[in-house]
Amino acid sequence: MESLDQIKSRIEAAVPGAKIDIVPNGSPSQQHSLLIDNEHAVAVAKFLRVDSALCLDFCSNITGVDWLDRVVKKAIKLKKVVDGQEKEIVETAEEKIPGYLEAIYHLYSMTHKHGPVIIRMRTRDRAEGARVVSLTPIWRSAEFQEREVFDLYGIHFEGHPDQRRILMWDEFQDYPMRKDYREPDDYEWEPTPHDEVLEKAKGHFQPRPQIDGAEGIVEPLKG
Amino acid sequence: MSAIVQTIEAFERPPVSMGSRLEGELLEVSMGPQHPSTHGVFRMNVALEGEVVRKLKPVFGYLHRNHEKIGENTSYLGSMPYTDRLDYLCSMTNNWAYALSVENLAGIEVPERAEYLRVILAELTRLQNHASLLGFLLSDMGAWGTPLMYAFREREKILDLFESLSGSRMMCDYMRFGGCRVDASDEWLARAKQIVDRFPKFLDEFEELILGNEIVIGRTQNVGKLSAELAINAGITGPMLRACGVNYDIRKVDGYGFYPRFKFRIPLGEHGDTYDRLMMRALEMRESVEILKQAFAQIAPGPIVNPKVKVRAFRPPIGEAYGRIEGPKGELGFYLISDGTPNPYRYRVRPPSFINLTVLEDLCLGHTVADIMVILGSVDIVMGEVDR
Repeated sequence: MESLDQIKSRIEAAVPGAKIDIVPNGSPSQQHSLLIDNEHAVAVAKFLRVDSALCLDFCSNITGVDWLDRVVKKAIKLKKVVDGQEKEIVETAEEKIPGYLEAIYHLYSMTHKHGPVIIRMRTRDRAEGARVVSLTPIWRSAEFQEREVFDLYGIHFEGHPDQRRILMWDEFQDYPMRKDYREPDDYEWEPTPHDEVLEKAKGHFQPRPQIDGAEGIVEPLKG
Repeated sequence: MSAIVQTIEAFERPPVSMGSRLEGELLEVSMGPQHPSTHGVFRMNVALEGEVVRKLKPVFGYLHRNHEKIGENTSYLGSMPYTDRLDYLCSMTNNWAYALSVENLAGIEVPERAEYLRVILAELTRLQNHASLLGFLLSDMGAWGTPLMYAFREREKILDLFESLSGSRMMCDYMRFGGCRVDASDEWLARAKQIVDRFPKFLDEFEELILGNEIVIGRTQNVGKLSAELAINAGITGPMLRACGVNYDIRKVDGYGFYPRFKFRIPLGEHGDTYDRLMMRALEMRESVEILKQAFAQIAPGPIVNPKVKVRAFRPPIGEAYGRIEGPKGELGFYLISDGTPNPYRYRVRPPSFINLTVLEDLCLGHTVADIMVILGSVDIVMGEVDR
């Protein structure tokens, strides 16, 4: 299979205007990935599937990742003149990266038996309604897996034919795989007649209203 | 099963008249989640016209426990016992897929004997999975008990092997990163070899019992046909894909473990129907027996675990990895992202039986209610893996 740089330049030639970045992977697996922009995602995916040299007809695995806001510290080497001498000083600069959600697709070719080519798409932010483009029209295997990502991460897939929750129940609020998800104290709370009874019962324990002068009627027994 | 008669205009009208009183009226049946043929808690909302399926929507999630979140909240090794509970019939292959992904992530070498043990256990798992699948399927078709008992007799022998090796019949928790947990004794290998040598006899008997049976042929041939194009596009893997005639077996394609050292063939189907999917399991068992025989001949004494792998404070380098194996049900993959801490930042399971259900509706349309059980049975699902 050709290298990612070659694939990147061929995509850019075939899909005009597509912005492709290579996301390096530091682990020994060396599985680097391509970051594609949402506007051209469908065209890029179609190219990857149809192109005769790549022919990535099998979309194996689709998953979401939640990246929170994070601060990356970078060491910058500067040359400064200190006391008349030129010195190299290392300064740390902090860069704030706003959080986003990511959808990752692992593509293989059954025709040529190669792969994986990994593509990722990112949402603008982590807010409700964060969206990327659905690739279900291109790979049918995305149908249930994109529904799962929507269910657990809350990424909306534009153009998905049947976007509903799949593992959690329909009435469920929030997205349980997000990193800042906090589970409810009681999943199954619902008002019951018992709660109303308890509410009434509170009245029994309150001190009775006293009529004026009534204090003197009954005197406590002495002796 | 509960049934409500109602007219649903949204559903497509059938092309031909079925000659029934219910023409134009669809009967919506909720099959499951407690139906005996759904192999667990799985529900299908089926719209029927007479007895013919016009629409089918699977409903998941009754066994959902957010396995992936649990995996992110525990250490890398801590997830290993949890993988047993995914597809609880095939814990050995689940362990292997997870160990393989972590080995990809951290760049760990596996010693030779451990690789052989892994192949042996994975192929034994394949044998018992396929045998019990055929038994369950016959049971779904109405052959109550008898074929299932034959299949379970063989499965039980293999589970006894697992128990004597790992201490547990089904929840084995056997693989470790860079090797295996305990070594197999010579007696164990001799006993395993004996069981494997006798396995073809069971296959001969079983194939004669079921695969030539007139009723089985009538119930399965031309039922639930799947085209190769749709199968590839829908990400179908495993025996279900090969029944459509697509030659794609990850043991050959990726050549993980020591599979390139063994001679074995990949059985391929022709029609992609339920009968081919049945046959695929029977033929694959014979190939697994061949692999096992070669593995027993080649395995040599040696270390079973890579001593360089840290057990405590195991921290893979920052990065990500996807590893996959050919499980008995299809491509089983694990996707991991490490942020340099003892817990994975992202832990994802690629469940083959969940993705193989994508085409369930396509397979069932136009067939009768009774065929749904047979088609679902031939997909081979385990709800522990589908719902995670």
